[in-house]
Amino acid sequence: MTVTIAKEKWAGKVVEMVIGQGPNAIKVGGENTLPFLRFEGEIPNEPVVALEVWDTEPPDWPDVLASAFDGVMGDPVAWAMRCVDYGADLVCLRLAGAHPDNKDASPAEAAATARAVAGAVNIPLMVIGCGIDEKDAEVLPAAGEALAGKNALLGCATINNYKAVTTACVLHGHSVIATSPLDINLAKQLNILINEMDLPINRIAMDPLVGALGYGIEYAYSIMERTRLGALTGDKMLAMPVVCFVGQETWKSREAKTADSDEWGAQAHRAVLWEVITATSLVQAGGSVLVLRHPESMKQLKNHITAMIKEAGGK
Amino acid sequence: MEIFKQLPKTNCKDCGQATCLAFAMALATSKISLDKCIHLTDAAREALDSAFAPPVALVKIGVGDKQVELGNETVLFRHDKRFEHPTAIAVSVSDSLSNDEIVAKVDAINNLVFDRVGNTYSVDLVAVDNCSNDAARFAEAVKVVANSTGLPLVIMSEDVVAAERALDVAAAGKPLLCGANVLNYAAMTALARKFEVPLVVKGAGLNELADIVEKVLALGWQQLILDSGARAVGQVLADQTQIRRQALKKFRPFGYPAIAFATNADPVQAVVDAGVYIAKYAGVVVVDSADPADILPLITLRLNIYTDPQKPLAVQSKVYEILNPGADSPVYVTTNFSLTYFCVAGDIESSRIPGYILPVDTDGTSVLTGWSAGKFTPEKITEMLNNSGIADRVSHRKVIIPGGVAVLSGKLQEVSGWEVLVGPRESAGIPSFVKQCWKQ
Repeated sequence: MTVTIAKEKWAGKVVEMVIGQGPNAIKVGGENTLPFLRFEGEIPNEPVVALEVWDTEPPDWPDVLASAFDGVMGDPVAWAMRCVDYGADLVCLRLAGAHPDNKDASPAEAAATARAVAGAVNIPLMVIGCGIDEKDAEVLPAAGEALAGKNALLGCATINNYKAVTTACVLHGHSVIATSPLDINLAKQLNILINEMDLPINRIAMDPLVGALGYGIEYAYSIMERTRLGALTGDKMLAMPVVCFVGQETWKSREAKTADSDEWGAQAHRAVLWEVITATSLVQAGGSVLVLRHPESMKQLKNHITAMIKEAGGK
Repeated sequence: MEIFKQLPKTNCKDCGQATCLAFAMALATSKISLDKCIHLTDAAREALDSAFAPPVALVKIGVGDKQVELGNETVLFRHDKRFEHPTAIAVSVSDSLSNDEIVAKVDAINNLVFDRVGNTYSVDLVAVDNCSNDAARFAEAVKVVANSTGLPLVIMSEDVVAAERALDVAAAGKPLLCGANVLNYAAMTALARKFEVPLVVKGAGLNELADIVEKVLALGWQQLILDSGARAVGQVLADQTQIRRQALKKFRPFGYPAIAFATNADPVQAVVDAGVYIAKYAGVVVVDSADPADILPLITLRLNIYTDPQKPLAVQSKVYEILNPGADSPVYVTTNFSLTYFCVAGDIESSRIPGYILPVDTDGTSVLTGWSAGKFTPEKITEMLNNSGIADRVSHRKVIIPGGVAVLSGKLQEVSGWEVLVGPRESAGIPSFVKQCWKQ
């Protein structure tokens, strides 16, 4: 019996975004099908993986994570070069030191760090603020100016500070990450507001503020599925690639931070799986840029994506 | 009206409804079952049965309180309604192991029980794999496994003789027979019928699978689980998507739960693949590892994906201690929505200042939802402060409320007599808030 393969005819697609410049630029998005379902559409670009680099030594990373960056965690340039060695597609520079409770680093210091990291690596950059809207509205434009023309991915723009961050992207030729808290309508509204400031939709990425496995991943999973379905059915303001800050969430979880135990097994193995399965599940829901922390997680995620793309459903 | 046309139209009221039309309406909204009408002709019953049959049949494995139910799924995306029956996780045991090794592995499988948000979750099945290709050895291994676990079994042998000898030993536990293929389906179907056990049907690809299923159905057995034969993760995803889509379109051969095998040679990738199968429609997933570090993420993912989007998970409403707090530690009030609770708990932990959390019972709604629905009120918070025993554990009378419900502070202070501190709007602000504002 011949089974007539059920194919959806999607009217829309995810917009394609370029990050970085010249021969080192990478592309994300562009799919006109659900994740990995090549039997009914095109997947021109695979999901990409970024590793985090901090401008200041993270205070609370467990040893199983910190040991991967032994000797470089006080030096963002050396750290970023280590990420390149590990095979990251992008470096995600996190300006944690700008946080008022941390070093309260100035916009000029943030700009200097961004410039130094950009000068040292030949892969595209993401630059992420400290998470305090007001402070990010100062440091992100400064970092954006320092990286003028590099076509970096700057974030995160929120409903409170998107004007300053978007202006920096328009002026200095970057793309923006628009963050909204697990709500598809708020996400869409923010995309519209940013787009109205003359930043084209192929320079906006969405961050739905994902939760880790066991900590609300199912909310992000469903919001991302709805976002992808929105893009495929022609909603232009949901057609942006999705960025998932997986490492940041995973390494807060008890399952990643708890030491070896009989009940939960070996920490190093468990923690990496926690990060990988969070990431692979979110890739199934439509994630395009996965920001991780552990190089082993990155390797496993990339192997999985390669297997998925190679085998997925033939044509 | 389509239903009404098939009914006897006697208005006899034997079904408990006033008229046949009322019965038809109740049927259409699934408020009543077809069995209630005892006057239906056989032809009408068959027509209505197939019209009302769920797109994915319900299949049961095992007996008693460890019985696993699969199927009855109705959607492709959990946000459309919900996923009904969580993927059964099976851990495989090879009959090439010695009896002692088998017992050791089954013990490890039995220990795969985890506490998640106040409930326990475990693996569901033990899959005994006939790697030895020896019927006598397989039957012995099945017997050893059955004597070592209370979990239902999967009898993994495509050899009819070995399967029959294993079933002679283990049929009372209603194991899943795995199973039928293009060569052995007639004999395997006869075995499944004889022992009344569910049967896996494997095809080399979807076309062959549909063929064999039709033949097995024609032989009179309907407790089926589908295997498209794919083992590479990408192809499994494509096939499982097709099987679910076809089932929802009422393509009868694919109206059964599916089974997936995480056989990746790389042990980490095998677990990752199993995660994909849990998210993407597998009724049963078979893994090889009994390492808790491998199984905990799968159990957690299954719990998350199969949570009803309309019924949020809640934590028990009681005093929780973070980092061994003392009498002078801060007291935080939040709601019992588990996501809210775990966000607050995580952020208090990262502040490295010990504290108490009081999650008020808001039926599992978040802070702002609970507040707007009148479930997170000064009165309910006061009740929690008075009845939870927190007053005996701390020497102060200060309580921190979420910044999003700052408007409650005046009334709460008045009703409870506790001093109310308004915390940050987001729990991520707790570490800096508590460092600045918590002074004894």
